[in-house]
Amino acid sequence: MTQTTKPNSHPSGDNRFKLLDRTITKHQANGDALIEVLHAAQEIFGFLETDLLIYISHKLKLPLSRVYGVATFYHFFRLKPNGKHTFVLCTGTACYVKGANGIQQAVEGHCRTKFGETTADRSVSLISARCVGSCGLAPVTVIDNQVVGKMTPEEAVNRLRAFQEEEVTA
Amino acid sequence: MTLEELRELAETERGRQSKFRHRILFCSAAGCLSCGSGNLREAFTQALREHKLEGEVEVQGTGCMGLCGQGPLVKVHSDETLYERVDADAARRIVGEHLAGGRRVAEHLVDTTRPFFAAQSKIVLENCGRINAESIDEYIAVGGYEALAKALTEVPPDGVIEQIRLSGLRGRGGAGYPTGLKWGIVRKAKSEQKYVVCNADEGDPGAFMDRSVLEGDPHRILEGMAIAGYAVGANQGYIYIRAEYPLAIERLKLAIKQAERLGLLGNRIFDSNFNFRIDLRIGAGAFVCGEETALLRSIQGRRGRPRPRPPYPSERGLWGMPTLINNVETYANIAPIMTRGSAWFASIGTPKSTGTKVFALAGKIRNTGLIEVPMGIPLRKIIFDIGEGTPEGTEFKAAQTGGPSGGCIPKEHLDLPVDYESLATVGSIMGSGGMIVMDSTSNMVDVAKYFMEFSVDESCGKCIPCRVGTKHIHGLLEKISAGTADAGHVRLLEELCTMVKETSLCGLGQSAPNPVLSTLRFFRQEYDEKLVPETAGENGTHKNDKTV
Repeated sequence: MTQTTKPNSHPSGDNRFKLLDRTITKHQANGDALIEVLHAAQEIFGFLETDLLIYISHKLKLPLSRVYGVATFYHFFRLKPNGKHTFVLCTGTACYVKGANGIQQAVEGHCRTKFGETTADRSVSLISARCVGSCGLAPVTVIDNQVVGKMTPEEAVNRLRAFQEEEVTA
Repeated sequence: MTLEELRELAETERGRQSKFRHRILFCSAAGCLSCGSGNLREAFTQALREHKLEGEVEVQGTGCMGLCGQGPLVKVHSDETLYERVDADAARRIVGEHLAGGRRVAEHLVDTTRPFFAAQSKIVLENCGRINAESIDEYIAVGGYEALAKALTEVPPDGVIEQIRLSGLRGRGGAGYPTGLKWGIVRKAKSEQKYVVCNADEGDPGAFMDRSVLEGDPHRILEGMAIAGYAVGANQGYIYIRAEYPLAIERLKLAIKQAERLGLLGNRIFDSNFNFRIDLRIGAGAFVCGEETALLRSIQGRRGRPRPRPPYPSERGLWGMPTLINNVETYANIAPIMTRGSAWFASIGTPKSTGTKVFALAGKIRNTGLIEVPMGIPLRKIIFDIGEGTPEGTEFKAAQTGGPSGGCIPKEHLDLPVDYESLATVGSIMGSGGMIVMDSTSNMVDVAKYFMEFSVDESCGKCIPCRVGTKHIHGLLEKISAGTADAGHVRLLEELCTMVKETSLCGLGQSAPNPVLSTLRFFRQEYDEKLVPETAGENGTHKNDKTV
């Protein structure tokens, strides 16, 4: 069989696949390393597109059903891209007791988007997390990977308004 | 590396530290980092430069100091002064007034004679907030890796297990299985290959003990795992850690690299025949993976679904080989037991629950943070002395332990000693250590509903009682909460809870009804208040007896 592309590179020429290949090689393309490979893929590509899952299933010699099954089982893996910003609300017990519910309602009302989804203008993804482990600061949010504790509904809406205005002026 | 070389390293590091007149330690655990402690190094360094003290004072980040609600926390190590809510301005004042002027800064001073500090006894957390978590030298300087050295050179594996058994240490993940016994079973299992696994998948919402230990003292876990590997005859360890803890992952990676470089992990550790390697496995957000058989599947790259036990992982675990699984806190107790002896450890706590337990105290309480107390301490002491009670104007109602698998302890039981057996008598569990305090503003039906929603979400879907049962329990709770249910619904709720508890495959399902059963037991009137009068259906049977 003749090869039309260089070994170990994706036909699209997208260099990010080379990065992913490095992780796969590190694990000797072992199927047991599927979760590690998915973590790497999500880090490189931002989310797990179907094409990407197919690529991984070929590389690890696993049925696509297994790859897809694992990717959908774990909350951490995203099959859709995030918005420009991320707004994570912790719904752990401490945050719940300290009023995370009120924040959730205020935010959902303001964005007209439910948690787990991205706003229509794609400015921000609303994500709910099960305890980020900063319970001393409840209620906790993680805004663009920055932990912001002792949140209030007003402050949360203000932050989101800023993201959306940025989108309009951009 | 030999024991002498290790001690030499410790001596060098202690010598380096003693050259400084003061050491400023700022908390760089996730809690304090999120209130801005990351900028403190810069602020202190600049202030020290202004006062020309930069050569005399060392500034170092450390692990959790406990009082997370008042962060960022800063300790002046030389005279054990603790400051709270330290920002750049306060940092400048600490340098100017305290270090240069000799007067403590009263506005930010924390009274460390308060019960929050005085009533604790620290074993697991003894290094947290005292050493730089990113420096293996500092860990060695406080006696780190000596336990491993001693075990490898002086004690046979059976002797190690005997010592752990005599200490009475029980699994800190929640179930309380005797650690020595578990190690003995794995040791006896006949196999060429064995594994040691550390369960750091701290999924219980409201618990952050393991994260704080991993962030504040990662080498302690590596040392505990290596001793375990030597005792049971394993040469490979895995730490399964949540992806939600990026800082802990980063520090563990660094710690493993440092230990490998010094030969404290790898081949022929301390010139013995013992080889041991540790790899990280990052979880991906599934609560069920805290269950041991699910965790093992997840390490092997599969969906985290539990399987029936037996066979237990100690017989058939990773890739079918005997595998030892312990919790982070359990491993953190190993090195102190080896150096200070099992009798010392057994003298702390109660005869059946020895040692200490770390709790993450949160919710409606004045002092939120991380605490470590001897087993058997009355709950009252934790809530009212250490925690200093609920905030102004509200009354303590219940403490919840064990998260979605546990139950609540009402005020009638405030004098209950906190140990494995006593907590079980009131229908709760020790759990991994989350303790959430609720006051008069918390509605217990909503609390039960909250936990059930969690269990519905996290059920892996393998067995029907858990997958379908939790969903229906949640539906019933919603009805009750909305005020459209009657006494028949509550009867059905109780029946369903018992069924799910008795027939689910794994610990998640078996314990998922606990929050409901426990609130029903102690706060029945809150359920009853929401009910509408029962209406008789056709044929004299109750219409709600058969439907949800």
